Parts: sequence; structure tokens; C-alpha cells
Amino acid sequence: MRFDQRHLLGIEPLRPDEITTLLDLAEQYVTLSRRREKHSNVLSGLTQINMFFENSTRTQASFEIAGQRLGADVMNMAMQASSIKKGETLIDTALTLNAMHPDLLVVRHPHSGAVDLLAQKVNCAVLNAGDGRHEHPTQALLDALTIRRAKGRLHRLNIAICGDIAHSRVARSNILLLQKMENRVRLVGPSTLIPAGMSEFGVEIYDDMRKGLEDVDVVMMLRLQKERMDGGFIPSEREYYHRWGLDADKLSHAKPDAIVMHPGPMNRGVEIDGTIADDINRSVIQEQVEMGVAVRMAAMDLLARNLRARPTELSA
Amino acid sequence: MTATLLTNARLIDPAADTVTDGAVLLRDGFIAEIFDQPDPQVADADRIDAGGAFLAPGIVDIGVKVGEPGDRHKESYKTAGLAAAAGGVTTIVTRPDTGPAIDTPEVLEFIRDRAEDDAPVNVLPMAALTKGRAGREMTELGFLLDAGAVAFTDCDHVATDTKVLSRALTYARSLGALVICHPQEPGLSKGGAATSGKFASLRGLPAVSSMAERMGLDRDIALVEMTGVRYHADQITTARALPALERAKRNGFDVTAGTSMHHLTLNELDVSDYRTFFKVKPPLRSEEDRQATVEAVRSGLIDIIGSFHTPQDEESKRLPFEEAASGAVGLETMLPVLLRLYHSGELELPTLFRALSLNPAKRLGLASGRMAKGAPADLVLFDADKPFVLDRFKLQSKSKNTPFDGARLQGKVLATFVAGTAVYRSA
Repeated sequence: MRFDQRHLLGIEPLRPDEITTLLDLAEQYVTLSRRREKHSNVLSGLTQINMFFENSTRTQASFEIAGQRLGADVMNMAMQASSIKKGETLIDTALTLNAMHPDLLVVRHPHSGAVDLLAQKVNCAVLNAGDGRHEHPTQALLDALTIRRAKGRLHRLNIAICGDIAHSRVARSNILLLQKMENRVRLVGPSTLIPAGMSEFGVEIYDDMRKGLEDVDVVMMLRLQKERMDGGFIPSEREYYHRWGLDADKLSHAKPDAIVMHPGPMNRGVEIDGTIADDINRSVIQEQVEMGVAVRMAAMDLLARNLRARPTELSA
Repeated sequence: MTATLLTNARLIDPAADTVTDGAVLLRDGFIAEIFDQPDPQVADADRIDAGGAFLAPGIVDIGVKVGEPGDRHKESYKTAGLAAAAGGVTTIVTRPDTGPAIDTPEVLEFIRDRAEDDAPVNVLPMAALTKGRAGREMTELGFLLDAGAVAFTDCDHVATDTKVLSRALTYARSLGALVICHPQEPGLSKGGAATSGKFASLRGLPAVSSMAERMGLDRDIALVEMTGVRYHADQITTARALPALERAKRNGFDVTAGTSMHHLTLNELDVSDYRTFFKVKPPLRSEEDRQATVEAVRSGLIDIIGSFHTPQDEESKRLPFEEAASGAVGLETMLPVLLRLYHSGELELPTLFRALSLNPAKRLGLASGRMAKGAPADLVLFDADKPFVLDRFKLQSKSKNTPFDGARLQGKVLATFVAGTAVYRSA
């Protein structure tokens, strides 16, 4: 069991065995989280700062609960309200925070690569909670854990990722992770929302959702951002729902035991029919939220172990 | 004025496409004589033994950004001039994308005075084609021409109003002026920080299709056909644009094209983990595009190579990739960087200097750029093999934003002569 990362900036730098290590540890945290007494002290004495330059309720809450369950001192900073409005650069913000000696820094930023940039300037472990359209590694890890628990394995599965791939960091991280674990990945969506060069990633691309869902084990839906709906990328919300919204008819092309996933928050009636989202035999959407906390606990635990193994003067 | 005799040199003549051993006599600012023996006897001349190094016509660099007016903290005429001299660039042709833009004769005269006082190399200014480079009203092209503008360009601002542009080109045509455009389809390329493809998708960067360059060039060529203007495309960087350029030349239009040192030596993968010093405009392309661009320089389809020297301070580069400023400094690094193409066997030295010196001088109607008796004694003496590791903090430019920091390069400028006077000698 090895995990050699200093930060969790993306899925791209992770080895398959590191992913397995993290998911195995997360299983233990699922068990812990289901007990009445949910507390552990593996992060006690450590300071976790959540820095969100972009609005988020769910991911931020998930990271906050994960840190608190492990005994860290957790602090939230709503960055969109504070210093960037005063003209401070990202690096200055990072240096200011660094002087407060955090141990774990959880960052979300609207620009691709911004979290990498910040990680170069601080001494603590940085967790990427989503950067632009680049990566959202904990989302891909929680999706992987959900799939592994539902399907009993995380390899040789047919998985369809559907919807707005172009603007989705969730899609990128998932494609990378699922391919590292040797699954077949299909992308399904309107060609305006499939980024260029995607076929070179070794994925199959489908415009027709019924064909794209043929015999898949997992259907992963993506959120369609409101601002993409009117005319720019797709003709209209109702045409999108007709062609790429997940309903019972389209889902019937997948394997009978195929699971349905969604990273949330959902637009019912836009990308997914409400009754499918609520179908406890198919939908694992609530389970994904639960796995999110466990995966984030595991990620912070592993990074903290590496942090504690380093000489203290480096983190001073 | 005393004469200087450069002996034991290997003379690069881009017009004749030759490299020969010989010596050159510089007198009164001009090349007074070229000898085919390495060590001729000449009375009353200072002798400089080149020790077998290459001597070539000095580089004429079209499209250099100097921070005056507006951004003097990024680059002044003095520092740009020193960087040019250290890089073997004997003539810099400056861009008007300053703050304010160089769009009136008054601003043009101001910067000409600044340049004459401070820069050790020749400085020739370009002026904006439209006021404020906004693409709405043409500038006083006639007055600007009289004040010394050598070409007109709105730099990376692409006119969206084709009617305005066509009138400006028609007016420029009547003056016989050269117009330089940035071939990009402005709508398609809006917001793009990388070239669309696998790499940009993996990094999640907003991307522009390489087709935007082809579309921009197609439009410009149609306007050339319509107006008859003398036209130069500042940078052609994609394989897809080359057939359109080839067709325009074959049809006899007065069209030339340039490309940048960066697009000849780097590709999109060099951006790696969001390294903003590799953010240039247009963005770096695929390796196939790079190779096609090098081949187009070799064949002569692309006429001119420039550094597109764009100084940026650390603050404007230490930002997330999308927000970071575009551009790289290149005056001082261009020759050693391009010598990579010589060492790799992709380009011969006369070919390189055809694109660096001869063709840009010709396009601007300058007498320089030639290894010929009677030509201005603007020359660069360099050792093509000397290895070194580039340290950006040792550059003469005020701004240190080079993508080649830490790069292993081969080739150093030993001396640069402007009008027969050494403006740079290596230590």
C-alpha cells in the first residue's frame, strides 16, 4: 500500500495502485461514518483551510465534514467575497495563507491550472476541489468508489459519460481515472459539447444516446450549466432533453442492472428524468454524496501521513 | 571614420545562398570590400580576427514591442536596443500596440526621438492602421508615412468591420504603403488560450481551432485581391494556412508572410503544467504544424522570421494561464534558439539569414540585409557551436519572460556591428 503524492491536484499524476490504496482506505471511512460515534483523530492538531474562489455548497460541506470527522481544525474562506475583489493576486493570497501555517489547503478556482499554480507557492498539502475545466479529482474518486461498491469491481466495465463534456472537469477526471483502471469509456452528447481531440484519448464518442448507452454498466450524467442552454451550444432546453436527457426509454438500452450517476446538483427534466434519479434500484446519486465524504477523509488522511513524514523545518 | 577589417570569417550570403571563407572591409558605415582570401592586406584599417566564426547580415526584426509609451517598466528603447545588439539584431521594427497606440504623427515623432537618443541599433517604427487599433477609423496614413512609419499594422487586433478595413487598405494602396495584418478569424479565436486539440482538452484550457488562422488569411487575401494593397501576414503558424498563402503568391498578389521563432522551435506540449512563459499569440501549435512551418521557411513560402519580442513583467505572467498575459521576449535569444534548426539539419544558415535579414529588409525597402559591397555595414559575427545554458536573469531586456530559461542552446553572438561600429562585443 503506497501513496506517494504530496498534493492531490488531479487524477493525471496518480498511479492505479495509489487509486486503489485511496479507495480501500475510503471504505474504512464509510464504515466509520455510518457509526453513531463518527470521530477519528488522524488529523488532530492539523489545520485545514477551505478556499473556494467559486460558489459551492456541496463540495465545501463535504470537505468540511470530512476534516471535522478526522479531528482537524477546519476553516472556510469565501474567496469570491474577499480579497480578489480588492485586487489581490492569487499568489499573494496563497502567500498570506501560507503564513498562517495551514497543513491542508482545499482549493476551488474558476481557472484551469490555478490550483497547480497555488500549490507551487505553499508548503502545505493542496487538494484540488475543482479548477476551471481541468480536474476535480475527489469527484472522480468518489464516483470510482461508488461504482466499485455497486458493481463489485472497477475494471472491464462499459461506462458512458453523458452531456456537457466540454465544460466539465468532472468528465476529465473521470475519463482519466476510469481509463487508468482499464475500463471502456464512451462519451455521449451533442458534438458542440464534446471537446476537440477527444477521440485521441481512446474513448468512443456517440452523438446518438441510445446507441451510446447500448450495453453499458454505468451511466454517468453531467450537469448542463444554465448559461449554456440558450442557443449557444444547443438549440434549446427541450430539444436537449429530448435527445440527451436520460429517461426510461434511453436507459432501457443499457444493461438491465446498469447504475445511474450524477455529480449534482441535478436539473430534473433537463439532463435527467426525475423518476430515474429517484429510482432506488438504478440511481446511486445519494450514495455518491456519502462516498464523497469518505473519499475526502481518505485523501486528507493519506496526504497528512506524507506531511507528517516530512522533516518539520520544511513545513515551517 | 576609421575602417575595420574582419578577417578569417565565414561569410554567409543569403542572396547567393552561400557560405564562403573570406574577409570584409567596413568603411564609412558601409561594406567597402569583400575578399575571398581570409587575411588580405589593407592599409589603415583596424583588424579584427574573427577566428573562423560566421559573419552574416544583421537581423532585421519586424514586430518588436518596446514599452514606450506606456509600459516603460517592461522595456525601454535603451534596454530593447541593448538586447537587440546582444542578439545580433541590427534593425528593430517596432510595433504600435503601446499605450497609447502609435496612431498619430506626434506620438510617432516622440518615439523616434526616444529611439534615436537611446538605442544603439537602427529603430524603424510602424504605426497603427486604425485609430486606437480599434478597427473603426483609419489613421492619418499619409502624415504617418511622412513622419517615418515603415508599415501599418493593428498588431493582434483584428478588424471585425471588413468595410472599414477595405477602405484603409485601399487608402494605403494609393500611398504604396505596406500593411501588416494578424491573420485570425476574430470571432472564432476569441478567448482562446491554446490551440484546440488533445492537449488543450486535457488541460481544460479555452482553445481556438487552428482553422481560425486559415480563415483570417483567406479573408485578408480576398481583400488584397480587391484593393491591391502590399500585404504582409505577421505570423503564419499552421499547416492549414499554407496552401492559401501558396495560392496567393502563385496568383501574383503582393503578399508575404512571417512566422515567429517560437512557433518554429516549440509546440503546444511545451506549455506542460500551465507554464505561462509559453503563452504566446497565436498559441503554440501541434508538432505537425511546427514541422510544416519550418518546411515553409525552408522552401521560401514563409518569407520572414521574427522574434515578436513582447516584454511582460513577472506580475502579468504569475497568474492562472487563462488570465496571464501573452508574449515572450526574444531579441537576444532568437539567433541561438533558431540555430537549433541549423544543428538539427532542418535549415541551412543562408536560408535562416534569408528569413532573418535579407527578406525583411527587402520587404521594407531597406538597403541592409545583404552581404554585398555597398550595403550598410550592419553585421553579426557569431560562433554557431558554442554551448551555453540560458539564464533569463542575465538578459538585457527589462523583462525576463523567455520560455527558454534553463534551455541548453548552442551558438553565441560574438559581435554586432551597426553602420560599421561595434555596438556589442561578447565578454
